[in-house]
Amino acid sequence: MRILIANGHLIDPAAQENTGMSVLIEDGKVSAWLRPNEAAPEGCETFDASGLLVAPGFIDLHVHLREPGQEHKETIASGCAAAVAGGWTSVCPMPNTNPVNDNAAITRYMIEQAERAGLANVFPIGAITKSIDGTELAEMGEMKAAGAVAVSDDGRPVPNAGIMRRAMQYARDFDLPVIDHCEDKSLSSGGVMHEGRTSLLLGLKGMPALAEDIDVVRDIILAKETGAHLHIAHVSTKGAIEAVRRAKAEGINVTCEVTPHHFTLTDKAVEGYDTNTKMAPPLRSQEHLEAILEGIKDGTIDAIATDHAPHHADEKALEYDQAPFGIIGLETAIGLAFNQLVHTGIVDLVRLVELCSTNPAKIFKLAGRGTLAPGSIADVTIIDPDVKWTYHNADSRSKSRNSPYDGWEFSGAAVATVIGGKVVFRK
Amino acid sequence: MEKPFRRRDLLGIRGLSAAEIKGILDTAENFCEISTREVKKVPALRGKTVINLFFEASTRTRTSFELAAKRLSADAVNISVSSSSVTKGETLLDTAMNLDAMAPDCIVVRHSSAGVPHQLAKVSKAAIVNAGDGANEHPTQALLDAMTIREHKKTIAGLSVAIVGDILHSRVARSNIHLLTKLGANVRVAGPRTLVPDDFQYLVDHDLQVCPHIEDAIVGADVVMILRIQRERQDAAYFPSLREYAIHYGLTNERLDLAKKDAIVLHPGPMNRGIEISSDVADSSRSLILDQVKYGVAVRMAVLYLATGGSTIS
Repeated sequence: MRILIANGHLIDPAAQENTGMSVLIEDGKVSAWLRPNEAAPEGCETFDASGLLVAPGFIDLHVHLREPGQEHKETIASGCAAAVAGGWTSVCPMPNTNPVNDNAAITRYMIEQAERAGLANVFPIGAITKSIDGTELAEMGEMKAAGAVAVSDDGRPVPNAGIMRRAMQYARDFDLPVIDHCEDKSLSSGGVMHEGRTSLLLGLKGMPALAEDIDVVRDIILAKETGAHLHIAHVSTKGAIEAVRRAKAEGINVTCEVTPHHFTLTDKAVEGYDTNTKMAPPLRSQEHLEAILEGIKDGTIDAIATDHAPHHADEKALEYDQAPFGIIGLETAIGLAFNQLVHTGIVDLVRLVELCSTNPAKIFKLAGRGTLAPGSIADVTIIDPDVKWTYHNADSRSKSRNSPYDGWEFSGAAVATVIGGKVVFRK
Repeated sequence: MEKPFRRRDLLGIRGLSAAEIKGILDTAENFCEISTREVKKVPALRGKTVINLFFEASTRTRTSFELAAKRLSADAVNISVSSSSVTKGETLLDTAMNLDAMAPDCIVVRHSSAGVPHQLAKVSKAAIVNAGDGANEHPTQALLDAMTIREHKKTIAGLSVAIVGDILHSRVARSNIHLLTKLGANVRVAGPRTLVPDDFQYLVDHDLQVCPHIEDAIVGADVVMILRIQRERQDAAYFPSLREYAIHYGLTNERLDLAKKDAIVLHPGPMNRGIEISSDVADSSRSLILDQVKYGVAVRMAVLYLATGGSTIS
């Protein structure tokens, strides 16, 4: 089967291409680039991408698909439907499922469920420690053989530096990035929002920025010593970004991601006690948001990842301090990136594609992805940079509705998502 | 006539203007006299229903709201929910919607979680009155404190008020800081730094002084407001022991002598005698703790009256 994505503007930073170009796909792979208006080969289906951006498929390094175990919040199928509707061709689910993805059987199950759904590619993240309880190492080698691309204990970061050190030493031999949700819980436990003026004003217990800073610094020291690849999940503080910037300058193997909510909202959004403003790390204050924008601009931040965290409406309809942490984000990420980063001039389109595709593919070493160079896998995100649209929670493909962006207006969206040469979503 | 608060809900002092606060206090002063009558009842809220929905134990505040409703002839129902909605298996909003479906005019709510009144106000048809939410606000306590101060000092503008103790966890402190600064008092707060973070100086747009020692806050004060200290804060390492707290932060006669000669002492209760306040001070003529309780009924009468549609009386 052949398909020509014709006459679009191709942006492929890995191939250093940023120009009008048609992309020919055969049998799920990119076979050639054609000049605009060059005739399509015989018997070729054509997708007219005139006026649209054609980018290598966007890869979300951080999602929660809740399957197995919490299918009332999300399934792999519903999460993948939300992903492709948001322009993501690949998603990497965290291991905090029930049972935990700390063994090859669960890893394989997740991949099989994704294959059944036939939408986005799913690259599972295995646990660092068994049951993510921070004590014994999980079978990383087996999980990698089954398809896991990285390891993380997600929201229950390994508190014991000795165990984290061994995890990094061990993971390095399997070429697995170690992802850490950096939060020293001895400083943040009981907290429900960023600690600062707003938390004092609202009478909510704060989670200080330094709880993140301290853990980031600890992990960087361990990464330097072990030589492991450390990937820091959802950086949200000025201190964390400064630490990553210094580490990179020193040549330490560290990368990091940021979520759309941390570059668009501050802790002021918590006023009114909407539980859809509660997540970990919390929405920070303006100075942290500015440091994040600076980190996106200067390259300290490598990737945009959603931390899509579905929770059922009943679970979020609680007192603020008792509601669970997390919001969904797959369908709003590109809109937020355009509103806050592209249209403001903080990043250009090339950098946007780097943040959402080129770099994520490099960080998790996803061969054949993150580029549309001939021979690569035909995962494509097609974007209309100017289309005006409004996000409504009620229309989400996710099984959950916990987004603070209900009713937000955007300009810029994925209008088609192609996976392995197949158009799986069209707006 | 000006409505004392634009919304029928009373969620906190923070959202009120100085004029709105004064309107409530003026109305409360008019209601004071009812509680001194032989027949302590007027028909102002006849036919209205008030639900006191208390998710947290309370004797004083719940009784005060109940008496306030009854003295205005409203039908008052008290609901004490000992456990949170999580353990009860019903969400907070479901509980509220069910009560709201019974068409009360006003729901008075107390909850250990900050923001619950705000969450209920979004879904409820009844007026929501905050009777204390977590560490956020306790607006009727601040109003009754202000009424007590006004009765003794005539005005609030220009007074120096020291607030001492666990400011961090205190809804009483927050509501009082908002109210007193809005009405022009100079407010100083003091206590162990673990319980009075430096960031408090930025809490409100007005000046708010965070003092390193209790003495700095009390010197020359017209009003000294003492907050209750809870043992659980000791367990969480906010301070070493109640004994040490009493020695360094307790209000004694010696410390009170640093204040103005006619300074008054307030405490929201219940008191830990010998810890945050010595019995000498608590039982002295400068202590107005029982006046506070007395004015509490009048303030809550005013709040219920205004929340259910009444207009300011001045």
